[in-house]
Amino acid sequence: MSAIMEAVRLVKRYPTGGGMLHAVDEVDLAIQPGESVGLVGESGCGKSTLVRLLGRLIEPTDGAIVFEGQDIAPVPLRRFVHDTARGRIQVVFQDPTESLNPTLTVFETVADPIRRLGTAGDRNALAAQVRKAIALVGLPPEMETRLPHQLSGGQRARVGIARAIALRPSLLILDEPTSALDVSVQAVILRLLADLRSELGMSYLFVSHDLNVVRLLCSRIVVMYLGKVVEEGPTEALFRDPRHPYTRALLASIPNPARRGQTPWRLEGSASSPIDPSPTVCRFYGRCPRQEDACAKTMPALRAVGSDGVHRAACHFAEETSA
Amino acid sequence: MSAAAMTDSVPLLTVDDLVLDFRTRSGTVHVLDGISLTLERGEILGIVGESGSGKSVLAYAMMGLLDPAARVPRGGIRFAGRNMLTESERALAETRGREIAMIFQSPRTALNPIRRVGTQVQDVLLRHANVSKKEARTRAIEALARVRIPDPERRFDAYPFELSGGLCQRVMIAMAMACNPYLLIADEPTTGLDVTTQAVVMDLIRDQVRSANASVVLITHDLALAGEYCDRIAVIHAGHIVEIGSTEAMLDSPKHPYTARLIGATPGGHESIDDLASIPGSLPDLRRDLPPCRFIDRCDRKLDRCAVDPLPAVAIGADHLVRCWNPL
Repeated sequence: MSAIMEAVRLVKRYPTGGGMLHAVDEVDLAIQPGESVGLVGESGCGKSTLVRLLGRLIEPTDGAIVFEGQDIAPVPLRRFVHDTARGRIQVVFQDPTESLNPTLTVFETVADPIRRLGTAGDRNALAAQVRKAIALVGLPPEMETRLPHQLSGGQRARVGIARAIALRPSLLILDEPTSALDVSVQAVILRLLADLRSELGMSYLFVSHDLNVVRLLCSRIVVMYLGKVVEEGPTEALFRDPRHPYTRALLASIPNPARRGQTPWRLEGSASSPIDPSPTVCRFYGRCPRQEDACAKTMPALRAVGSDGVHRAACHFAEETSA
Repeated sequence: MSAAAMTDSVPLLTVDDLVLDFRTRSGTVHVLDGISLTLERGEILGIVGESGSGKSVLAYAMMGLLDPAARVPRGGIRFAGRNMLTESERALAETRGREIAMIFQSPRTALNPIRRVGTQVQDVLLRHANVSKKEARTRAIEALARVRIPDPERRFDAYPFELSGGLCQRVMIAMAMACNPYLLIADEPTTGLDVTTQAVVMDLIRDQVRSANASVVLITHDLALAGEYCDRIAVIHAGHIVEIGSTEAMLDSPKHPYTARLIGATPGGHESIDDLASIPGSLPDLRRDLPPCRFIDRCDRKLDRCAVDPLPAVAIGADHLVRCWNPL
């Protein structure tokens, strides 16, 4: 099975006054058809930049983005907005309130990408396509004339999803889609997303800071730290047996009533500077509880741990399982 | 220091049958209704609810901070022997910062952007601790060190924009704890922080107040977070505390249908996405005439009497109270 989306040594650097900021640094990532991949990491680790690169919202500095067999990285942004691939990769943004045009009705919001990228059809065909998308996300038809401010948070989230699936993308990138919602609404939206994926056969790249949410929705998890992928693997393997110390810290930080009164090892301080980081020092050096001389001499590569070959970690001591 | 705060027999904080309305152009909003709770010394109480449930209004009222549009037709709040709703503004200003302190949701906005963070901690000490400027500086640096800010003497001179969100929240905690308050009110203190930073900040809040034998009211929408750090939890829905009890009792055997639904809707511990329960409906419009139970439209256990009879207060155990006619 060939991947629907594959990033190959993908790089994004930004020039700053003090040097080059390495936002995404030689990231390899493959998403299989129908797969749901979770992307986690702290703010500033480059996950949003990676999402924008894969969605072709910004230009990569280097590397390839192979989508449905075609390298879309060299296509200039100006041309990509009219590319057929544009409609096949869609993004659902973080805050539905901020990412909807306040002057467009629900109908117009959902119709917009179809008009720009869809197959030219007459008005009736367009309306039918819009209504199908609105129905798919469970919004009642009478909502189509509403403006964003007349909708609840959950309804806005649904509109953002309807807009993204209107063109029947094969890859849906979800950037913290439920972080602005109350748990009662979040549960509904998460189940909707799970249903839509099986119904429409989409692949998901799901960015979230909530590991419990990722665990429920994704079969595989990719952990980023300071521009690098530090660990990836099947969800349950990663939760059961994390191999990178950063992943361990992440998992230990999930609020858990069963741990009341305990203080497990905590990740203190903040990440080192992403500006011109040393190519020979592990990015986690300085914050890692384990750090040894080797960590300051060679940057650990992402390599298979365990026998399955799909669980990979970038740590010199990844073979040592957690206690 | 008042005598009441010193004895253990009287609760540090008592909210008694508090009713609070907002008068707005579109009518009276019934924000809080019949809120009763007590907080003992050294206790960490979580107040958990959805946005719009009234949890922040309650937290502000505990500090005697009321919106000009707010009216309190009934009930009161007593903290360390004083009535927080009738006390003069001057007396309240003495209490706040010294006996009650608050940390807010977004530390970067709560801190003054154009003053050095150490100076801001020092301000609290100069205002409340009756110390010289030199001494205030020393104590401010100590306070920064206590919240484990690396290199506190250098960080004293930093501006908020130079610090990460997590460090800013530590400065807020240092400010709040500088005068050893009896009560710390933390309003969503970790929203917007990374999960790893959240854990560090919450550990810090817990350890700081434990060592000072202070109490905490933690306002949060995250039941799991409250479950990890609180001794007791109150669940608030549309201005009612629907259930209050020890953390174990609340999480292991919730009695109010809303608490049970919240637990079911909070990701974590679910085998599959299909096990994740949703809560039907939304909070009622608090401007309307409301039925005695404000959860009635979302409830699958409602009885005829729920729409008619005033909410009961059913004691389940020594320290577990549910306001429901048909508890689980």
